[in-house]
Amino acid sequence: MGAYEGGLSMHSIIDAFQFIGDNLHFMLTKTLEHLALSGAAIAVALVIAIPLGVTLGHLHKGSFLAINASNIGRALPSLAIISIGIGILGIGFINVMVAMVVLAVPPMLTNAYVAVDGVDPDAVEAARAVGMSPGQVLWTVEIPLAVPLMFAGIRTGAVYVVATATLAAIAGGGGLGDVIVNQASYGTAGVIAGALMVTALAFLVEGLFAVIQRLLTPRALRHEEGPAELLAPVVEAT
Amino acid sequence: MLAQLALPIAQGGGPVIPTFNRGSDCVRENRQFCWDWFSSHWSSTFQPRLIEHIELTAIAVGIGFVIAFVAALAAYRWDWAVNPATAVFALLYTIPSLAFFQLMVPFTGLTRLSAEIALVSYTLLILFRNMLTGLREVPPDALEAAQAMGLTRRQTLWRVELPLALPAIMAGIRIATVTTISLATVAAFIGVGGLGEPIFNAIQDGFKTQFIAAGVLAVLLALVTDALLVVLQRVLSPWARTRAA
Repeated sequence: MGAYEGGLSMHSIIDAFQFIGDNLHFMLTKTLEHLALSGAAIAVALVIAIPLGVTLGHLHKGSFLAINASNIGRALPSLAIISIGIGILGIGFINVMVAMVVLAVPPMLTNAYVAVDGVDPDAVEAARAVGMSPGQVLWTVEIPLAVPLMFAGIRTGAVYVVATATLAAIAGGGGLGDVIVNQASYGTAGVIAGALMVTALAFLVEGLFAVIQRLLTPRALRHEEGPAELLAPVVEAT
Repeated sequence: MLAQLALPIAQGGGPVIPTFNRGSDCVRENRQFCWDWFSSHWSSTFQPRLIEHIELTAIAVGIGFVIAFVAALAAYRWDWAVNPATAVFALLYTIPSLAFFQLMVPFTGLTRLSAEIALVSYTLLILFRNMLTGLREVPPDALEAAQAMGLTRRQTLWRVELPLALPAIMAGIRIATVTTISLATVAAFIGVGGLGEPIFNAIQDGFKTQFIAAGVLAVLLALVTDALLVVLQRVLSPWARTRAA
């Protein structure tokens, strides 16, 4: 793969782009693997976290569990969770995915709970007063008003999964991490190329979820994001 | 040591059968968790790795704190410094750690220094933002009162602004510390020890006990440290309720 002994420099970043260009098909395959693994983990995490968070928020119950979930979740070392996952379930796609679900659920759960729990009580009262059933209140008042905050949690969880999926390669999960850990085969250019692709993917997923969030947010609640929010990091360190 | 970079990647085809000729039935059959193996390897394997892990984390958070502190004070004083500092720290923060550790190797080798440079880099954004937020949220009334009492700028900083910013600063230290504990497991990839080392060893031989023992120890270390920092936060700032960051 040539000599890339210079380490990190402008030259090696150009080499990395060259690497992506020369191995486009390979890099796309790895990207698709990465997305398949992340997508599966995000989907399963959503199915678990959102109904649970919304139900608890609607009932205003379980705040201790829902709020501390993300505090504990944030503290969990991702490689350690993957390691425990392999120890119990063995190496493979499904098992690595399960470990990533464990990491993605907490932020989604906490935000879904806080979002629904925090809906303006006046709005809920008004909906009840006009004769809405609890189900109608939930679907036509609470959930639409909760969408922005709920989606912030989904974005955090999703971006975290995409970044953490890099570590999954160590455990046979495939994806772009395969390129990053195999410096022996792909050289420094491959490492940087893989890192660039993972970072780009994380920003892409962040952007995608931001667009979905905007489309799902009731028009009256839409407002422009301030510059401070734009500067906020969207990618979790993994 | 170099062999570690050419780490064979475990394939999805099923567990590698370990070839432990010695050891109990449990170890030879690679059962779920072998207490006997864990307890007999505690002092030779796990305790030293745990201590290394704590050292890696403490050094990274300590150095990160000093750098972020200076940067945050500068940004607090001179507004124009906020955006460039945030941009640099955010850029460092987004580099996948597996790549960051490897990319340091050509410069500083398979050493702790390589690992620490990456680990320190990841703490900067978290610490900087929390410090700056804390300083900026000091009530103007408090600043006016300090001025009226005739405190100099330096006295105001140390006696009024920093104490009032303490809850936010502590919240930043807490997040930075648990993040570093997590990333330090990955640092074992470049052979610097820590609890990641038994995990990478387990990936090579598929030994379940080692996977679980190292993983659980890292999780416990993170959760216990997090809890201790919450307690410390409350002790240091009894007047303020814990502020989530």
